[in-house]
Amino acid sequence: MVEPPDLTIRAAAEALRAGTITSSGLLDAVLDQASRTEAELHSYLTIDREGATAAAEAADIAFSRGEDRGLLQGIPVAVKDNMVTNGVETTAGSQVLSGYVPPYDATAVARLRTAGAVIVGKANLDEFAMGSSTENSAYGPTRNPWNTDRVPGGSSGGAAASVAAGSALASLGSDTGGSIRQPASLCGVVGMKPTYGLVSRYGLIAFASSLDQIGPIARTVDDAVTVLEAIAGHDPLDATSYRGQLPEFRAGIGRGVDGMRVGVVRELSGEGIDADVLAAFEKTLERLRGAGAKVVDASLPSTSYALSCYYLIAPAECSANLARFDGVRYGNRVDGDTVEEMMGRTRRSGFGPEVTRRVLLGTYALSAGYYDAFYGQAQRVRTLVSRDFASAYEHVDVLVSPTSPTTAFELGARTQDPLSMYMSDVCTIPTNLSGDPSISVPVGLDGEGLPIGFQVMAPALGEPVLFQAAAEIERLSDFEPLRAAEAGA
Amino acid sequence: MPIDIDIAYVARLARIDLSGEELARFGSQLGVILEHAAKVQDLPTGDVPPTAHPLSMVNSFRPDEVRPSLERSVVLDQAPASEDGYFRVPPALET
Amino acid sequence: MSYEAVIGIETHVELRTRSKMFCGCSAEFGAEPNTHTCPVCLGLPGSLPVPNEQAIDWIIAIGLALNSTIAPRSVFHRKNYFYADMPKNYQISQFDIPVCSNGRLAVEVDGEQALIGVTRVHMEEDTGKSTHVGGDGRIQSADYTLLDFNRAGVPLVEIVSEPDLRSPAQARAYVQELREIVATLDVSDVKLEEGSMRFDANISLRPEGIEEFGVKVEIKNMNSFRSLERALSFEIDRQQRVLDQGGRVVLETRHWDEAAGVTHSMRSKEESSDYRYFTEPDLVPIEISDEWRERIRSELPELPAQRRARYVEMGVDPLTAATVVGGGLGEIFEVAVSTGGSARTVSNWLVGEVTAYLRRESTSIGETPLTGEGLAELAHLVESGDLSGSAAKPVLEGVLSGEGSPREVAVARDLLVMKDTGALEAVVDEILAGHPDEATRLREGDMKVLGYLMGMVMRATGGKADPKLANEMLRDRA
Repeated sequence: MVEPPDLTIRAAAEALRAGTITSSGLLDAVLDQASRTEAELHSYLTIDREGATAAAEAADIAFSRGEDRGLLQGIPVAVKDNMVTNGVETTAGSQVLSGYVPPYDATAVARLRTAGAVIVGKANLDEFAMGSSTENSAYGPTRNPWNTDRVPGGSSGGAAASVAAGSALASLGSDTGGSIRQPASLCGVVGMKPTYGLVSRYGLIAFASSLDQIGPIARTVDDAVTVLEAIAGHDPLDATSYRGQLPEFRAGIGRGVDGMRVGVVRELSGEGIDADVLAAFEKTLERLRGAGAKVVDASLPSTSYALSCYYLIAPAECSANLARFDGVRYGNRVDGDTVEEMMGRTRRSGFGPEVTRRVLLGTYALSAGYYDAFYGQAQRVRTLVSRDFASAYEHVDVLVSPTSPTTAFELGARTQDPLSMYMSDVCTIPTNLSGDPSISVPVGLDGEGLPIGFQVMAPALGEPVLFQAAAEIERLSDFEPLRAAEAGA
Repeated sequence: MPIDIDIAYVARLARIDLSGEELARFGSQLGVILEHAAKVQDLPTGDVPPTAHPLSMVNSFRPDEVRPSLERSVVLDQAPASEDGYFRVPPALET
Repeated sequence: MSYEAVIGIETHVELRTRSKMFCGCSAEFGAEPNTHTCPVCLGLPGSLPVPNEQAIDWIIAIGLALNSTIAPRSVFHRKNYFYADMPKNYQISQFDIPVCSNGRLAVEVDGEQALIGVTRVHMEEDTGKSTHVGGDGRIQSADYTLLDFNRAGVPLVEIVSEPDLRSPAQARAYVQELREIVATLDVSDVKLEEGSMRFDANISLRPEGIEEFGVKVEIKNMNSFRSLERALSFEIDRQQRVLDQGGRVVLETRHWDEAAGVTHSMRSKEESSDYRYFTEPDLVPIEISDEWRERIRSELPELPAQRRARYVEMGVDPLTAATVVGGGLGEIFEVAVSTGGSARTVSNWLVGEVTAYLRRESTSIGETPLTGEGLAELAHLVESGDLSGSAAKPVLEGVLSGEGSPREVAVARDLLVMKDTGALEAVVDEILAGHPDEATRLREGDMKVLGYLMGMVMRATGGKADPKLANEMLRDRA
């Protein structure tokens, strides 16, 4: 008998319709799990007991009336705390928004509600989504459910940990440089970044506008698709939202990989990758070959510059996106004799060191005299990265690499050296630059029992082939997800 | 070589009132990060156009229709200081 | 040393769209503070802008009306700076690829025409409004500031002229023509008193004959056409004095003080702001196809310059034509002419008696019962000799006041020309008999006395005598 917190969305949906469990019962089980584990894990910043209970009750009433809005009806999910939720505190993991209550829902959140999902609460994150370990949260770090001395990854650490620990059946994360995929990899769950523009950014507190995307974190590829189906699609409130016909996400699932051309990105799959991670990666490639895939070598030379490129573009955009946090209209104000003083003090006290670093860096990269050499040049390198991907996809159907060079590292191990922290994203950043979709699937454990993730990348709007490959990789692997009873031990 | 930055000027532009010690610390950290970020300059880009958007979309508009605004009570509810329906801030030094 | 003034003007025009530039809040002027705001125009966390299509149509129209090149592809940029009335602390604007560029505008001063270049016309968003409380209401001595974001996000078009203007009068003519064009396009209220049209000027002096520009000073806070002209005149004097004394003009922004009639130094432009422009990542480029552009062009109304030229061709003198067009009297004029009224006569009445009446009564032409047909009828009365030219004025006033049609008013006020020749003969004979000396002089060929006798006849007939006939009769019967 599967414990409710260990259920996949699909299994829970079946049970709900079979009557073996109610939404309220499922929510209770998830909340119990949260009570059990949160003191240690701290995945949540806010648990909205009242709102979630009301939503679960509404779902139960809907079921009893024979109303069925789909698989997500009655399913408890967590939302990363950088997506605004109407009437529920949203902090972006920062002091500057402590106590801030938004007057509207992010579109992705609204769509989850429309689908009948039960929003349990707001998940912890690196402040303003800047980080790879969730140690930059102004409210304390989240710990990895597999080993509480370890980080869950970041910036969507809370969203990934809650799913791994069973205090949510799925969650919404955001990914700017790998912030969904890397924590998914470190927490042994599935995390996916959609094609840029597929999911509305309206209501996502902006970090780097041309890189940010909201995406699902779930136990299985199938569940991730379920969440994506509910949130994807054009939004008139987001001018960068894709207006064309949506691809059939599930079209390839179950078709296997026979004949599929799989390109291994050389620059992301050798140097700098941990031995255990590389071993699990190679093993997965073997399994793919065994299943009929054509595994070939692929070189994308400009991806060696992707990290540098990202650390100019993202800070530049964030420096402008965070300018609005000035204590004038909302947020934590620190007073001053003049408005300039008030703003300067509010921002100094409100922003943590990593955010401050990136805002300063971005301001510099855009400033007169430096724009061309830094930001301007980075945007040109970005074009080269996109071109490399486009060329590669002329010869392969998907590209693959490890998701993260390492498994979960210890808390505190990288906080003193920003550059070492940035290296966590070296495999994930390239698809943020190109705007292509990518996914992390857990494929094994390292010698210390920590999860290893395998990354699949596909061309823009190539979600069908992406999920096709990911589902097969999942099927072929012998990875066992964490049981709720073990979480946080 | 870490890059040398006029960190005080940058902090002013970014409106963050940092202490002298903080300026020194951030200045040197940034210098190291920038040195690595400057790697982008090693890649010849010639006449490669910059990417401003990963999509190739154009003309994303909305029609000129009025939609309900927020209630003022809601708007001012989150304001750190307000008076008579206005947001209130200390006086400005610069114009 | 003789100096030449070099002036450029930066004009901002608020478009009269129903909703704001990037959100659906009402853009209407005058609402209670902070009642037209939403997550987007308040810069709440997570909000995103979506451009108003009508605003783009209208900026293209303005560009075409100013003979500009319309960019086939244009982008938005972020202009970054901190200010309390800017919700995002960046303004969505345009930098190196504005919607319109390379335009020009013909401006006339005292009969002399000049072609003023329009460097660019670009799209941006307006800021909120600050009210400084305490002190003398000016920013420098305020105790605190109150902010209203109703105006934040209203579509704003910025029109930048080349430094082609050479005198305060020419600068004034430029902004007035600009205002007339925009008003004709009906894309803005262009009310200076409401801020839907604002302008700043840049002015420098250079020795006559020299091509190099002098140091330029920016002038702000001119709230009327008159203050623009006054401020520029003052600046020319001020800069001239500085240069004559061997000093150097400081590169700075100065504030026009309407009450004192002087400009004050505001801040040194040496430390000009670093706006860190970069392409707006939340918006995609605008591509303006040939079809789109030509559709807007085909929908353009007749512009003031074209209209004035057309009236001149009808026989109206240029200054009168300009006043008719500028005063919004073109429609009634054209109806009058098409109904048979003489262009010269009707236009003269419009710029004379009608305009004086409208000003006196503080009303507009649409609020009076006067119609183009009425003007034509009045012109016909005069042409046919039923009304003397001088009687037309009181009749016109009577029509404007609502007393009825021109003929009705003429009859009611007994102003119609006397047609009864017999009665006129009798009056002429009476006057001649009553003034024998003058009659004798007239008989002997003294034309000067004719005027006096004519006056007598007109008085005796209450102005209703046909002057031509009376003149003839006096000479015949003297």
